[in-house]
Amino acid sequence: MDPVIWFFALGLVAGLAKSDLRMPPAIYDLLTMMLLLAIGLKGGVELAKAPFGGLALQGLAVLSIGFLIPLLIYPVARGLGRFGRADSASLAAHYGSVSVATFAVGVAFLADRNISYDSQMPLFLVLLEVPAIVVGILLARRASTNVRWGKLLHEIFFGKSIVLLVGGLAIGWLAGPEGVMSLKPLFFDLFKGVLALFLLEMGLIAASQAKTLRRNGLFLALFGVLVPVPLAAIGATVGWMIGLSVGGTTLLAVLAGSASYIAAPAAIRIAVPEANPSLSLTASLGVTFPFNIFFGIPIYYAIASMLHGSGA
Amino acid sequence: MPDETRKLLTIVTEAVLEPDICQTLEDLGASGYTISNARGKGSRGVRDAGWSSSGNIRVEVVCSNNLAQRIAEHMRRHYYDDYAMIIFENDVQVLRPEKFP
Repeated sequence: MDPVIWFFALGLVAGLAKSDLRMPPAIYDLLTMMLLLAIGLKGGVELAKAPFGGLALQGLAVLSIGFLIPLLIYPVARGLGRFGRADSASLAAHYGSVSVATFAVGVAFLADRNISYDSQMPLFLVLLEVPAIVVGILLARRASTNVRWGKLLHEIFFGKSIVLLVGGLAIGWLAGPEGVMSLKPLFFDLFKGVLALFLLEMGLIAASQAKTLRRNGLFLALFGVLVPVPLAAIGATVGWMIGLSVGGTTLLAVLAGSASYIAAPAAIRIAVPEANPSLSLTASLGVTFPFNIFFGIPIYYAIASMLHGSGA
Repeated sequence: MPDETRKLLTIVTEAVLEPDICQTLEDLGASGYTISNARGKGSRGVRDAGWSSSGNIRVEVVCSNNLAQRIAEHMRRHYYDDYAMIIFENDVQVLRPEKFP
């Protein structure tokens, strides 16, 4: 197993054991920024090398996943989970949107195996972040009209993750392979180290969700473990149909199977205040994120390999 | 000599509300406010500022008694039901009363 994942396990154990280990919030912010920029830059450089054909159609297919997933999750949460409308919509938004951290672990997973992935993947990451949040809010609000969309959309589109990803893509694309050589030591060579530190903190945060999990029990745990694989299978199928490579198909599956814990919680907290924020966050951070990095990503890779007929 | 007593209104709430609250304070006519990051525990669980969306903020406003009542009322109506929020006020002596109408 990739050593970065053990850093997550270390954080998890330290958190559960109530160690005084704590990462200063400013450092965590910096690590997040470095990961987002590195992913963006790498994608931008690749886009500059090989001009993209048929990107619009692929983008539409990817967007449709973002709209579809929350519509699948909502009835499951309402029917099986017996959650109210607000909580179900919140879960739908969280699971439809994506986790950059899971994507980063997926990128590291592929890099370890020398599997390349399609250059437009970071762009798809951006595309998948937003639609589910909008659908989630609509599911929760339906008739009532007191959502200030202008303000909300501004918050979603200019949230730090989208600004940094799109910014990184643009800079990488403008600078090209030679231009970013001078940035390579910081953003590319250190990627795994930064990811390891970031995952250490993620472990601590995930451990802090344990209490809610104990209180809300079985359904959230089952939901968090059982939902990602079918969602990832949808992502993999779409990736395969739009002609992505095995690496790209794997990453699209990772994106579809992951759940947001930054963009969605902030937006939903504002737009659907009556939803209990700890429910969605616990499922997404406390269950699905660990499941994905330990078990999900290898499974998604196997699914992608199977679809491409190359054996796992 | 003018009355130098004002209210110091302190609001402790979720960091996610910061932009909303700043806008409200300006709309209601506060001449200024101070915000600091905070963490703690209350009826809605531990708010440990572990990462951005789990943090709290402490907003302090020095203003007239009348404005303090209006701000508190607005907060009560808009946020008490769904957000972690507490508000308390103290009397404070200000040195330059003209700054706090």
